[in-house]
Amino acid sequence: MSKQLGEPLLFELSRPGRKAVELPVSDVPDAPLADLLAAADFRDDLPLPELAEPDVIRHYTHLSQRNYSIDSGFYPLGSCTMKYNPKINEEAARLPGFARLHPATPPRLAQGAMRVLYDMQHILAEIGGMDACSLQPAAGAHGELLGLMLIKAYHEDHGNGAIKDTILTPDAAHGTNPASAARCGYRTAAVKSHSRGRVDIDHLRSLLNERVAGIMLTNPNTLGLFEDNIDQIAELVHGVGGLLYCDGANMNALVGRARPGDMGFDVMHFNLHKTFSTPHGGGGPGSGPVAVKKALIPYLPSGLVAKTADGAYTFEKPGPLSIGSVAAGFGSFMVILRAYVYILTYGREKISRIAENAVLNANYLRMRLGKDLDVAYNELCMHECIFTAKRQQKAYGVKAYDIAKRLMDYGYHPPTIYFPLIVHEALMIEPTETESRETLDAFVEAMQAILTEARETPELLSAAPVTTPVRRLDEATAARHPCLRWSCDVSDGANDA
Amino acid sequence: MSVPENLRYSKSHEWVRIDGDTATVGITDHAQEELGDVALIQLPEVGRILLADGAFGEIESIKAVSELYSPVGGEVVAINEALEEAPETVNNDPYGDGWLIKLKVASPADADVLLDAAGYNALLEES
Repeated sequence: MSKQLGEPLLFELSRPGRKAVELPVSDVPDAPLADLLAAADFRDDLPLPELAEPDVIRHYTHLSQRNYSIDSGFYPLGSCTMKYNPKINEEAARLPGFARLHPATPPRLAQGAMRVLYDMQHILAEIGGMDACSLQPAAGAHGELLGLMLIKAYHEDHGNGAIKDTILTPDAAHGTNPASAARCGYRTAAVKSHSRGRVDIDHLRSLLNERVAGIMLTNPNTLGLFEDNIDQIAELVHGVGGLLYCDGANMNALVGRARPGDMGFDVMHFNLHKTFSTPHGGGGPGSGPVAVKKALIPYLPSGLVAKTADGAYTFEKPGPLSIGSVAAGFGSFMVILRAYVYILTYGREKISRIAENAVLNANYLRMRLGKDLDVAYNELCMHECIFTAKRQQKAYGVKAYDIAKRLMDYGYHPPTIYFPLIVHEALMIEPTETESRETLDAFVEAMQAILTEARETPELLSAAPVTTPVRRLDEATAARHPCLRWSCDVSDGANDA
Repeated sequence: MSVPENLRYSKSHEWVRIDGDTATVGITDHAQEELGDVALIQLPEVGRILLADGAFGEIESIKAVSELYSPVGGEVVAINEALEEAPETVNNDPYGDGWLIKLKVASPADADVLLDAAGYNALLEES
């Protein structure tokens, strides 16, 4: 691996005795380690790399220069909403009053930060059409888990805890939905999608009974389509005493234009790192606030901020039915702050432009790219569009995977592929609102060039990528025989495999 | 795409071969092609009783994790332990060395309701 990357591992750069810092002489009395730790806790075979500061800096700088990010180019990764993160968010996060604030500062000395939390609880509740919001969850899936715990607490409190043991999820759901439900102790059942890519109402009816604790839906769904029967779904699920959970992963299609709370949802999470432009993944941490209707407020976790009569912000004492705490303190403050700046930058009047332009851009790609690449469900889509390379696979043996790899040679981050699972050879493209028409046109032209190659020179696609620091990775071997850590026992040759 | 004449097929792309009261179950050539390179297979313990269409394990490829369903009911009498070390066998030889489980079936005639090769080919044409 290291040779292919052209960048040695820190372990390979290590030289005995080399170091970056000289620790000062200790000014506390020494005690023999053996007096402090049990013998079993000692090991003298821990081969940590020994390096000078420039070695470390250059190593990580080299790696960072190979990174692809939204700051370097178009990133149409469906479902992930890789929108541009405005730098004004970072400006605010770097203000010393925020950046240097200790998390344990008493609230009376941190009223500015407390106001950010208070405002965000209210802003998010309003955007979602909900009544209250907890900012505690550290990620979208964490939000799902909290939402389900609230549903469970609600049913238990109403004496239905034992009977309500099932959560419904559509067959096109994000994998986290059934996983979160199972983690919360529920059994799950999958609702089928009908030929127009929405929840099959007849199949839903057949699954509904008193055991159903709730349904988890993404609206728009993972096919990028609005669940136009949402009123009926809400009525049916509420009819058996179940609650509706909205997976807010696709809120970028709705923000400022439509509210899950108005559609009948009882609880939802937001992905601040998607809809509200905070850093993703390694640049995180994430944040998955959960907003609820009135009926679920008593069960919300601790960490809620309230405003007293004299205008001061304090942490609310959790009530007797609160499920407790799902994370330390009040959530990922610096992420919440960035999202707050983003929302205020748009303001109430302009925030709907996010959704409008996200939907416009996705439909622009659908219409232009749809001439050459089939659209799985070809009708007006929301913020993303699912294409299928089934025709190319049958005719030329070229898969969605090959197209995605070839896109890297054209300088683009590939879209999400093979999701949702119900679409064969799926390519899930989400342009987001931040891309210009010129960027979208250039992307379409690159895709058209690749589809021409698929027809005329398919071997170019099966060999792709050819311009990246590493060529096509052997993902199967990596999954079958994962090599998860460096080992000093392995010879150079084996480590490079 | 290979669809042997002497096997029966489920709509969820498993095949079954009946030999006396023993049923051998695997996934079809089409299924392995759709899944892509198989990385991990979870199989049930010997002795477990499976219902027809019941889930008996999971198959994980570099694309996705899918459930495995048994086209016929019965008691698991053998699992293909070689797949733990070499899951790629399912890709290379889905109808042979890539078999998944063997069941002792109470009524072998249950397999008659499954698709035959022509029926399975027709299913593949539709999709």
